[in-house]
Amino acid sequence: MRADGGPRAATREEGATRRSYYGQPVIKEPVWSPEIPWYFFIGGLGGASGGLAFLSGLRGNEVLARRVWAIALAALSISPVLLIKDLGRPERFLNMLRMFKVTSPMSVGSWVLAGSGTTTAVSAFSALSGRLRRLAIVGRPAAAALGLPLATYTGALIAQTAVPVWHEARRELPGLFAAGAAASAGAAAIVATPVEHAAPARRLALIGAVAELALARLMEERLGDLAEPYHEGTSGALSRAARGATAAGALLLAARARRSRAAAVAAGSLLLAGAACERWSVFKAGFASARDPRYTIDPQRGRVTRRRASDEHTAASSRASA
Amino acid sequence: MKLETHSWPGSYGTEAKPRVGFFTDTSVCIGCKACEVACKEWNHVPESTQPFTGKSYDNTVMLDANTWRHVAFIEQRKELGVDGGGSLAQSATLDQLVEEAGLGTYQEGDGMRWLMASDVCKHCTHAACLDVCPTGALFRTEFGTVVVQEDVCNGCGYCVSACPFGVLDRREGDGRVWKCTLCYDRLKDDLEPACAKACPTDSIQFGELSDLRERAQARVETLVDAGAEKAQLYLHDSEDGVGGAGAFFLLLDDPEVYGLPPDPVDATRDIATSWKAVGAAAAGLGVALAAAVLGGGR
Repeated sequence: MRADGGPRAATREEGATRRSYYGQPVIKEPVWSPEIPWYFFIGGLGGASGGLAFLSGLRGNEVLARRVWAIALAALSISPVLLIKDLGRPERFLNMLRMFKVTSPMSVGSWVLAGSGTTTAVSAFSALSGRLRRLAIVGRPAAAALGLPLATYTGALIAQTAVPVWHEARRELPGLFAAGAAASAGAAAIVATPVEHAAPARRLALIGAVAELALARLMEERLGDLAEPYHEGTSGALSRAARGATAAGALLLAARARRSRAAAVAAGSLLLAGAACERWSVFKAGFASARDPRYTIDPQRGRVTRRRASDEHTAASSRASA
Repeated sequence: MKLETHSWPGSYGTEAKPRVGFFTDTSVCIGCKACEVACKEWNHVPESTQPFTGKSYDNTVMLDANTWRHVAFIEQRKELGVDGGGSLAQSATLDQLVEEAGLGTYQEGDGMRWLMASDVCKHCTHAACLDVCPTGALFRTEFGTVVVQEDVCNGCGYCVSACPFGVLDRREGDGRVWKCTLCYDRLKDDLEPACAKACPTDSIQFGELSDLRERAQARVETLVDAGAEKAQLYLHDSEDGVGGAGAFFLLLDDPEVYGLPPDPVDATRDIATSWKAVGAAAAGLGVALAAAVLGGGR
């Protein structure tokens, strides 16, 4: 193995040709900082919390609704700060709203976050202070509805890149992030609410946790060989931690959280940790797959080879029929 | 040959200029790096001092925010025939030495060939960087090229991860993204880009894209006829994953040997799939919320 290349990067074909340029990456590693996976986690939590708070309020569970609105407000206050801090030129953050582009999930997401943040602020303020009641009648369902794309668009955001493990998981990532959002919104509510008022949050957390484990598994299976970063290195360790914490949290939640507040807090914390680790593992796996040229080159070379083979096949069969 | 992009020439109407680009014929590149120097000087690109890399004569390493032209050097062992003077045992020993030393450098007389190629932003027909840019800092010029407006870019970094060639990069200490502009300022004054002007062998050819594509086709046919069996055009095809590029290449080996992706794709091709997945996930989350809150006791 060469000092400067990945394990397979420096292998040779036909004795002479190196299949990468000195083992260097073909694409750039993302320049995104740790604020981004934290935003994926906290923004998802805030988005799903809007829906939980709104529906709990409709159902007459005011204790749960008030606390979840407070959680949603906290999450959606932190989210823009994280995003702005990540910019190379933070003072130009308003340029994000210069246009609306459907080809850019980041553009769409900026608008969703702006709308979601505003409506959540109104709803939470109203729920906690009792003022702005009329505005909140519109604000609450709007915050709940905008929370759904807020918790999921981030999957499309990273999928619409040249990073192999992200782009090839474009069908699974939004679902995985939605599941993590449900688990973490439920978990945060469980931690903050007395057990007798937290039944809907427990159900949401359980549904989210089971879906998160299932979708992570599905994503890895569909990625095939590309899923390697989810088994190796930092991203692999984070992935294992995510699954361990989520599974343990779900078990504890199902077994004890209905009766014991302490168990509920422990289960909620485990689920929150699991959802955070899941986002971090996806984030880090992207970096690993960008850094090693074989993740970029091998699948592309495979496509070219298959295309050439099928072209030759077509040419041969058309010769045969002629 | 289809040269139209999403917004060129359509959005420019009568102000549209012919689409221009680079045909980089690597078969005549001598690795002088005049293009790298000319680009830096004309565009006032900050210095980027690299240590000695041991990667042949390449101490520039890659395209980045401060490198808009990069000359790659690839040293390849050619099989030594009986006439070449080396025995099979000698060849094997040399190969092993190079592997173990970690240097990609052969000594002269070892029967090597040297591939050199000047890389640059491809100014894709379907440009992922431009599609994902949330601020509109990246735009399609009247010449069909792709340029970053430095007074708009807020350094979100989306284009950096979207580019299938690893061209765009955020400049440290500046925070914005920088890349080749195909000398937008010179084009407006009917001058050719600095790199093409400086290239002493015409390895970098500038011109109207339709002319360049025809010229390239003739050139590759000549080379293949002359026995360069791996000579190939790269990014010349409007049916490829980026719709063909404004800057395309004649290579003497497969693209990955030069550090280029063999089948690059503009991720935007799959945007509908991504949005559908978001829609399904959002709907699923809505159902889960409704089930959790409404489907049981309070």
